[in-house]
Amino acid sequence: MLDTLGIDRLEDLYCHLPKDVLLERPLDLPSGKSEYEIVEYFRARGGENANGYASFLGAGVYRHYRPVLVDAVVSRGEFLTSYTPYQAEISQGTLTSIFEFQTMMCQLTGMDVANASMYEGSSAVPEAALMAMRAAPPGSGRNRVLIARTVHPEYRETLRTYSRFGAMEVEEFGYDQESGLADLADLERKLDKRTAAVIVQSPNFFGIVESVKQAAALAHGRGALLIAVFTEAVSLGLLAAPKDADIVAGELQSFAIAPSYGGPFAGIIACKEQFTRQLPGRLVGETKDANGNRAFCLTLATREQHIRREKATSNICTNQALIALMATVFMTVYGKEGLRELALQNLSKARYLGGKLRRRFTGPYFNEFVVAAANPEQINRRLEDQRIIGGLPLERFYPELKDAMLLCCTEMSRRADMDTVAAAIQAA
Amino acid sequence: MIKKVRPHPTQNEPLLFELSSPGKGGYQLPDLDVPVADPVRELGEENVRREIEDFPEVSEVDAIRHFTRLSTWNYAIDLGLYPLGSCTMKYNPRVNEAVARVDGLSWIHPYQAESLSQGAMEILATLEQALAEITGMDAVTLQPAAGAHGELTGIFLARALLESRGNPRKRVLVPDSAHGTNPATVHMAGYEVANVASNERGMVDIEALKQIVDEDVAAMMITNPNTLGVFEEEILEIGRILHAKGALLYMDGANMNALAGIARPGDFGVDAMHLNLHKTFSTPHGGGGPGAGPVAVKKFLEPFLPLPRVKRQPAHTDRPPHWRWDYDRPQSIGRVRAFYGNFGVLVRALAYIMAHGGDGLKRATLDALLNANYLRKLLEPRYEIAYAAPTMHECVFSDRRQTAHSVNTGAIAKRLIDYGFHPYTVSFPLIVRGALMIEPTETESKRELDLFADAMLSIAAEVEQDPELVLKAPHSTRTAKVDEAGAARRPVLKWQPRT
Repeated sequence: MLDTLGIDRLEDLYCHLPKDVLLERPLDLPSGKSEYEIVEYFRARGGENANGYASFLGAGVYRHYRPVLVDAVVSRGEFLTSYTPYQAEISQGTLTSIFEFQTMMCQLTGMDVANASMYEGSSAVPEAALMAMRAAPPGSGRNRVLIARTVHPEYRETLRTYSRFGAMEVEEFGYDQESGLADLADLERKLDKRTAAVIVQSPNFFGIVESVKQAAALAHGRGALLIAVFTEAVSLGLLAAPKDADIVAGELQSFAIAPSYGGPFAGIIACKEQFTRQLPGRLVGETKDANGNRAFCLTLATREQHIRREKATSNICTNQALIALMATVFMTVYGKEGLRELALQNLSKARYLGGKLRRRFTGPYFNEFVVAAANPEQINRRLEDQRIIGGLPLERFYPELKDAMLLCCTEMSRRADMDTVAAAIQAA
Repeated sequence: MIKKVRPHPTQNEPLLFELSSPGKGGYQLPDLDVPVADPVRELGEENVRREIEDFPEVSEVDAIRHFTRLSTWNYAIDLGLYPLGSCTMKYNPRVNEAVARVDGLSWIHPYQAESLSQGAMEILATLEQALAEITGMDAVTLQPAAGAHGELTGIFLARALLESRGNPRKRVLVPDSAHGTNPATVHMAGYEVANVASNERGMVDIEALKQIVDEDVAAMMITNPNTLGVFEEEILEIGRILHAKGALLYMDGANMNALAGIARPGDFGVDAMHLNLHKTFSTPHGGGGPGAGPVAVKKFLEPFLPLPRVKRQPAHTDRPPHWRWDYDRPQSIGRVRAFYGNFGVLVRALAYIMAHGGDGLKRATLDALLNANYLRKLLEPRYEIAYAAPTMHECVFSDRRQTAHSVNTGAIAKRLIDYGFHPYTVSFPLIVRGALMIEPTETESKRELDLFADAMLSIAAEVEQDPELVLKAPHSTRTAKVDEAGAARRPVLKWQPRT
């Protein structure tokens, strides 16, 4: 190959670069390692983390069983090592699975259209808010977004970052100290004709099922859109679809995506049909090939940055195709009955542990709940000795909930471990 | 002659919803060890759904066959060269997949105690250091989820810095050869976009740049090597022009595969940049994600990086040194997402860096340059190179000679499919009319490159002798040419039961 190019050494390939830009020394990195050494290194690091513990942490990342079929499918090189399906004729596998994903997302959320996935849940929220602002009539000045304090705290922080440099204004509304539900009276006071969207999460950060319907009615009454957020996708197996919302933004981690210290996950935005053109991210549509056979392709790309550049609906380019495929396989394995039964197991487990403890809020809860517990950090340290990770102490996010922790039970929570947790909290 | 492939039957397969029949399922849940709750009593009737209408019901065998059949309809790196320019489709080592699935890494919760997460934090800190060394920058955030997310973070950082100096300024400069994400990002960060023209060598026009840089310019977003695969030889001067007016130089690191081990952006005037770990650092594209887009910055931008930062806590009385999350950063732009980043992707990238070491990364870069230059040399007799400047890791041709026979880059790309290859990047960058953008990466053998060049040259001959053959391609795929215009005209974005 060097002969073909008429050069003597590989270094000649960049001899045209200015001398001053070249790195004159080797990179200061350890020398290359064998496969065995690499595996050993990561096993050792894994061993320094909690390994094989029972866990009662939820708060946006849930411990659900991952059916073995999921990795069997996503490990296939044809899915794992393919690019974004721009060349439809040789990407029908990915395109078909995304079309199925979009369909199942619509079935679960009650929306008309769902995109091919977003990075993850938290950044889907500002994208949904920006979408609502774009959907507002031009010149209406609707650039305010009202978000419930019961939305995941890190989602709210992400929304704040996105709003910092643009036209969006963000304001929070409170929650009812007794029920743990978003305070709709506070929302009503803060709603005005500059409000583009109201954002509520259900089940909310405290695990409580919000009334999307009532929040939507208030928002619509003032000409604003309602964005419903979810972080626990398994709840959709049992809970009514948030079909009163205009836009749904959520996180699919619960659908066979390993907790993996917080990512990669997959987010989703779904919406009513009239907002389709405002949707960020990719969309797959059905069409035909030259022989008249059904085929799929990426579509409505005129919203996207490749064509629209600075006028694009969003700068988002990558979606989370492989992670969305995990969710698709998960939904397929469980199916209509299985997802409901799975959700019911989660509800039942949470009722078992929640029933033994002094819950802080009275609102209806799915698989997470807040318990009153003095010195939650200390309780957690005691549980660690029994190889159990306890709940999330809430003071960090809610100073007023200093003596409280958020616990989560899933189908993987064993009765014996729940008994241990209950005893530790009761003893504190 | 088509040497790489011959046809074989592929299975037909309906959609899941068409496959579905009531009562089927592929799941097994353990018996409940607690009493069953009554959803209506616990949640209220209005909160409980009766069923998920039309949700699929299939058996486990149906499910595995379904997805396996679909998979065979895809092209993939594991099947051969994937010459998408700017996308850096290199081999995805399987050891990366294995280590990302180690239980102690894949099953850890972001909120478990720091004392129970030290291994994960060590991985993050080690990767930050390695990326800082490779880029010549001082600090790295691993939080952004993808390249475009990294860009957005980078421009937020620039804006926060300029605001702290009293004036955020108005405009960000973007070369006309830039990725479409750049202008879209600039807009999202509340800036206006100003385009910078390229000169006849395909590089930023220095005189035009001098004219346009003033105290309203916040930053310039440059890709280097640029999307033509050409190194911006005046990069040092570009940095000086911007810095003299108090503006920042931001680099889109999409093309870092041309530089690792031979030149560092931090050494040539770049103040902030993002990396695409799914390009340069071999994490799989997965049909369009997940990626990761870390941002590397110079010291003066560090205080603005997203929350939280991983920090080393020195030994103190009875506690040995350990990692902790630092949230006490008053100048930070805040979070750009929940948690700490796409950890599983970051693990894979560190595994790649470990496998290569410093020497190996440089060798990979040289091989990437070699492969791109080799293809350019083989294709130049039949295709017109867009700009004569030396090629780095990718080469861009124009379809000028082929359009004389009414065949454009899009048609040539589709014909490549019949030869067993995925097409190159079509019609980008925008400054080249009818671009064919080709990036082979370092992981391709001479044998595969020769097959590809043969295919391209054979198509060039077909364009002259039988243009219809090329225009109607692909001929050999199970799915013939797809009607994309029809899909956009009447969007059907989900399956619906026949009524």
